[in-house]
Amino acid sequence: MKNLYLIAYLDLKESIRAKWFVVYSLVFGGLIALFFIAGVTESQVMGFSGLSRLLLMYIQITIVILPIFILITTVRSISGDRDNHILEYMLSFPISLKQYYWGKIIGRFITVYLPVLFAMVIAIIYGAFKGADIPWSIFFLYTGLLFAMSSAFLGIAFFISSFVKSSEVALGIAFFIWIFLLAFIDIALISLMMQNRFNEELIIFIAMINPMEIFRVAAISLFDPELTVMGPVAFYILDSMSQGVFVLLSIAYPLSIGLLFAFLGYKIFEKKDLV
Amino acid sequence: MIKIENLTKKFGSHISLDNVSCEFKKNESIALMGANGAGKTTLIRSILGYYHADAGSVSINGLDPIKQRVEVLKEISFVPQLPPPIKLNIEELIQYICISADVEKDKIIHYANEMKLDVALNMKKSFFKLSGGMKQKLLIAISLAKKSDIIIYDEPTANLDPKARDDFYRLLKQNEDEKVLLFVTHRLEEVQDLVNRQIYMDLGKVVSDEKF
Repeated sequence: MKNLYLIAYLDLKESIRAKWFVVYSLVFGGLIALFFIAGVTESQVMGFSGLSRLLLMYIQITIVILPIFILITTVRSISGDRDNHILEYMLSFPISLKQYYWGKIIGRFITVYLPVLFAMVIAIIYGAFKGADIPWSIFFLYTGLLFAMSSAFLGIAFFISSFVKSSEVALGIAFFIWIFLLAFIDIALISLMMQNRFNEELIIFIAMINPMEIFRVAAISLFDPELTVMGPVAFYILDSMSQGVFVLLSIAYPLSIGLLFAFLGYKIFEKKDLV
Repeated sequence: MIKIENLTKKFGSHISLDNVSCEFKKNESIALMGANGAGKTTLIRSILGYYHADAGSVSINGLDPIKQRVEVLKEISFVPQLPPPIKLNIEELIQYICISADVEKDKIIHYANEMKLDVALNMKKSFFKLSGGMKQKLLIAISLAKKSDIIIYDEPTANLDPKARDDFYRLLKQNEDEKVLLFVTHRLEEVQDLVNRQIYMDLGKVVSDEKF
């Protein structure tokens, strides 16, 4: 276990010093600061105001930028080390591949998750300081959703990193996955729905297996438990399960995807030539 | 100590090692030579357990370097041809080695001093920001501090000035007993005094193997 913690600790220290981490933290911290400066907490849109409104906007932006940030910063972790011969030297010491791989994942998870969480914590503290009501249920739901979302994309990134030989290809694949999950599935499914080629339940099911989509819907569900903003789609979701079960699923499902891809990545890492 | 039997390793259609068999025993210092692409690095990486062989086997003290990598790597020190651009600072790199390989920090500092490298002065510096020679000196110091039975050097003196090379060979002389020393080199004259066996590889095969 000491080697696992050692790898995680050193990866964390190395990442914190990296320029991408500074940019990453500034983006999320800056977003919160920007919202306060722009007076988002004073505004009221669709019945949401104060910190709830701020967190809603934060989460909507996070849906778009968090996956790509995680993918591009993580996808090169193993392929990059392989590329520039770091892996060749670091793995010449008696460390098991399991400890090395999972240690890297733990270190990187802390690196990508903490700034996003801290940004929300800062918002809560600042809001409390200003005398706003703290929407604890929304805060805890988002903490869980961001945890699950970070796990999903970290797992996918490590999976790509385990089999790709060059970091350029890894970056290309990561970008494609992001754009595919973010936009293409929506566009493709809307067009299928408009053409009435498949029944709606199948199309909604395909949309819901997309971790970004389930994240979006779960984020809305706490403000709008009936999911009225989503129109008839809400009927299909809430008819199949209660809102509570849906929220649990929206955390458990991306988490499972992350673990599954991370595990597959480990199996490839273990079976392939290391350098 | 190291037994290689009918080892074949292919990368696509290219055969990098072609049915190679050899054995390295205690107190042997071997110069592994050959043109670029002869298969020297592939052979070393197979010993370190980095490659899955297409045929044949490698065993280190009877252990498989892939399946029992932790036990095998406890007995091996390795210095690559080019120091990798590790972003950890020196202190962190030493911490990694001390904890993972059970090496004493004082020993690394001792050998670094012997190589005329002031580690204490550079502890907070990133490894990749050191000069080529400083990096190589540190990697050599680590390899000697590790007290392994097998020491593998892939062109270890490429970045060293003549004085540092002398220091390196002097330290090796003091530490070669009861070990296998494996040098990948293009300059036999440099290691001639150290080695007692010379292997020449070409196109993935061992073409000559002389002991003296």
